[in-house]
Amino acid sequence: MISGISIYEILTVSTIIFFIGIYGFVTRKNLIAMLMSIELILNSAALNFVIFNKYLFPNELGGAIFSIFIIAVAAAETALALAIIINLYRLMMSLKTDDLETMKY
Amino acid sequence: MDLTYTVLIPLIPLFMFLFLGLNYKRIKEPLSGYIGTAGLLITALLSFYTAYQYFFNYGKVDEVYQKIYAFNTVWIHFTESLHIDMGVLLDPISAVMLIVVPLISLMVHLYSIGYMHKEPGFTRFYAYLSLFTFSMLGLVLATNLFQIYIFWELVGVSSYLLIGYYYEKPSAILAAKKAFIVTRFADFGFLVGILMISYYAQTFDFKILNDLDFINNLKMQTGIFMGLSVITVALVLIFIGGAGKSAMFPLHIWLPDAMEGPTPVSALIHAATMVVAGVYLVARLFPMFYFFDDGFALHVVAWTGAFTTFFAAIIAFTQYDIKRVLAFSTMSQIGYMMLALGVSGYGGHEGLGFMAGIFHLFTHAMFKALLFLGAGAIIHAVHSNYMQDMGGLRKYMPITHITFLIAALAISGIPPFAGFFSKDEILAAAFEHNFPVFVIGYIVAGMTAFYMFRLYFRIFWWNEPDYKHKPHEAPKAMTIPLLILAFMSIFSGFIPFDEFVSPDNKPFHSHIDWTLAGLSIGIGVLGILAALLFYKKEKDLSQRFRYAFGDFYKWTFNKFYIDDIYFFVTKTIIFKYVSSPFAWFDRHVVDGTMNGIGNGTVWISTKIKKLQSGRVQDYAMFFVSGVLILILIVWFSINY
Amino acid sequence: MIVFAAMAVSNKNIMRSIIYLLFVLIGMAAIYFMIEFYFLGAVQLTVYAGGIIVLYVNSIMLVEKINNPLPSAALWRRMLAGFLSSLGIVLTLFAIWSYDFAVVPANQAKEIEIHDIGIALLAYGNHGYILPFEVISILLLAAMVGAIVIAKTNKHNEIANK
Repeated sequence: MISGISIYEILTVSTIIFFIGIYGFVTRKNLIAMLMSIELILNSAALNFVIFNKYLFPNELGGAIFSIFIIAVAAAETALALAIIINLYRLMMSLKTDDLETMKY
Repeated sequence: MDLTYTVLIPLIPLFMFLFLGLNYKRIKEPLSGYIGTAGLLITALLSFYTAYQYFFNYGKVDEVYQKIYAFNTVWIHFTESLHIDMGVLLDPISAVMLIVVPLISLMVHLYSIGYMHKEPGFTRFYAYLSLFTFSMLGLVLATNLFQIYIFWELVGVSSYLLIGYYYEKPSAILAAKKAFIVTRFADFGFLVGILMISYYAQTFDFKILNDLDFINNLKMQTGIFMGLSVITVALVLIFIGGAGKSAMFPLHIWLPDAMEGPTPVSALIHAATMVVAGVYLVARLFPMFYFFDDGFALHVVAWTGAFTTFFAAIIAFTQYDIKRVLAFSTMSQIGYMMLALGVSGYGGHEGLGFMAGIFHLFTHAMFKALLFLGAGAIIHAVHSNYMQDMGGLRKYMPITHITFLIAALAISGIPPFAGFFSKDEILAAAFEHNFPVFVIGYIVAGMTAFYMFRLYFRIFWWNEPDYKHKPHEAPKAMTIPLLILAFMSIFSGFIPFDEFVSPDNKPFHSHIDWTLAGLSIGIGVLGILAALLFYKKEKDLSQRFRYAFGDFYKWTFNKFYIDDIYFFVTKTIIFKYVSSPFAWFDRHVVDGTMNGIGNGTVWISTKIKKLQSGRVQDYAMFFVSGVLILILIVWFSINY
Repeated sequence: MIVFAAMAVSNKNIMRSIIYLLFVLIGMAAIYFMIEFYFLGAVQLTVYAGGIIVLYVNSIMLVEKINNPLPSAALWRRMLAGFLSSLGIVLTLFAIWSYDFAVVPANQAKEIEIHDIGIALLAYGNHGYILPFEVISILLLAAMVGAIVIAKTNKHNEIANK
């Protein structure tokens, strides 16, 4: 608990970051940049977990542990996604979403 | 005593079927024949041993032959009392069938090694034969109505496969289809009958169904339908099923056409085993047939049998295809068996008809299989089915000639050949219980002798046509079965069947009534002499008779146009006036609706295809906006 | 932090936006430290700021010229996304602020130590997290194998192409 900062303010921050992440995910044209937006989304969710844990149920560990899990999943996901992206790049010589539409139809 | 080994009797042919069928490409001609025959030899030995043990060792307890479940396992469980079992039932009639089926099948297997030589699909033929043997054995060993029904259909399928063996021949395909459809149609009656019986009796089990106390109880409870007990109606329906398989009038039309199959198949299926399944079925449920409504269903059986035997005998007079003559003769003889069952009583000497029916089934299987195999040997030599191409063959094929003669004498009821004893007992039973039926049976006995010897003289005497190449005696694989069956045809009549088979499973003693016997021998000899007069040498006597009968001859030659009536009914009436409006409705209304829906879907999907851009970002956008819209909706619905 | 986040998603230079992302992550870690979740903050710093960011930088260096400006999306798309995001923010904030959270006063809370987290991760009773822990480990293993397989097949193809 941080003295002087209420749960509302921190949740506001995490909400805004979450939607900024969504905005980035939708508007970015580069695959890596899209991935970064996903990191933002994940982080805001993790922050929410921790905040709820701390403010509402300070005697338990659930939120903290789940944010650890989220971090682990995010790490795995990032590593895999980057591997795929690099492969794609070798194949198509581009990371722009517009160029990667061969699977359409 | 552990009788579980009896399960092997049907299972060995099944295994042979799977083995030969799956290795169809790998196993070449003679080998598959040897394998099939060897497998069947084991089955045959096992079943002979079982039958022997049953009759002479453990079957009889306190002078009554027991129904023994050698093996029984629940297959499908409905309720406590109503469940479908699979098992092996041993009782006198199934033991008799255990001798007939494997013996004839073994002979046919052996014979086919010679007959089917160099035919394409030799292995396929043996696989089908094994399948048939499996299903037939399963049928005769069935412990309950439902099992019998399952194997009944299996028998139908294998019969279909074997009739259509020459599948390049359109006529064979048509015949196979006809046989399947007609018997299937009859089986519908069988199925409905089974359902009705099982509904009232709450069981499929033969042991219970044939129990006298149970039958008396059942009589009390069942309802009345059109003046008859419901069970009687069910029994008549079951008999329709049996009539379909046994080619009783008016469901006989498939049997003559079934002769399109290879001749050994005709001998096995359409003479000795499958077609007597109907007889076997009636015998199986005999106490029920006898006790409900004073044996009304049994009268139906008797009269159907009597009519068919007469009707088929007339047609047999005029046919030229030797296999068809034999087919009609088979129908006639099965009619005889049905007639015998129909005039039987229950208990002691009253059960003479029942015994005689099964006895005739046994002897008929021997000599009719012999006749067919002999006919096969002749066809093999002459390469034609028609009498016009034959004549004077006795010089070329001595063994076939002798065995054929023996079989013809046996079927004509001349002592001491097998047919005499069984036929005489049928006539005796009919004489005691139903005089009109006796008269028909008596006349038919004479007719049988006449047409059989017409066939005999026409083939083996008559004038020789110009053979393109000299006919020759059949190979050993074919003559050995002929000799074995000839032996059986001579001596099987001396088996004291009354010791073994009776409706209540108690042995009794019958004796030959020599007055009746003399009469039947007399008419048999008369028939033979008439045939001798007409057909020994080529004369115009038969031609003149033909003209004298004129239209009647034509009618008979065309099998009384029964086929054409069926054709008219199905094609003209049903197809034209019933099916075509349905077809129109189907094509225009039902299909139209469906096509409309399909076209509409295609149209819509081409329109919305653009939406599926394949871009995750677009999807995410749709997703987010969807979620937001949902939130708004929930929000408003909560607050306002 | 919010500013950094906004910069991260809108900057035209991908290297700079990664640095902004790094700042956001560090800010998150700072929040964790402030609420006395020291272990979590440390993990955040090492895994995210240390590991993932480096991974990003590497992959970017591998595939793209750093100075190429990122193409920006169509205006209608940016407008629509912005509108949707703002709508989402407004709605969520409205929900958050109108809800009365039962906040536990600070003096009742006890401090959470790394020791407790470790025990909780491996406990299988009430409040034990052994199952998700195992699932995560399997997931990580699968990810590792997957990454190797992807890289390997590609190498193979390249050899074949040559």
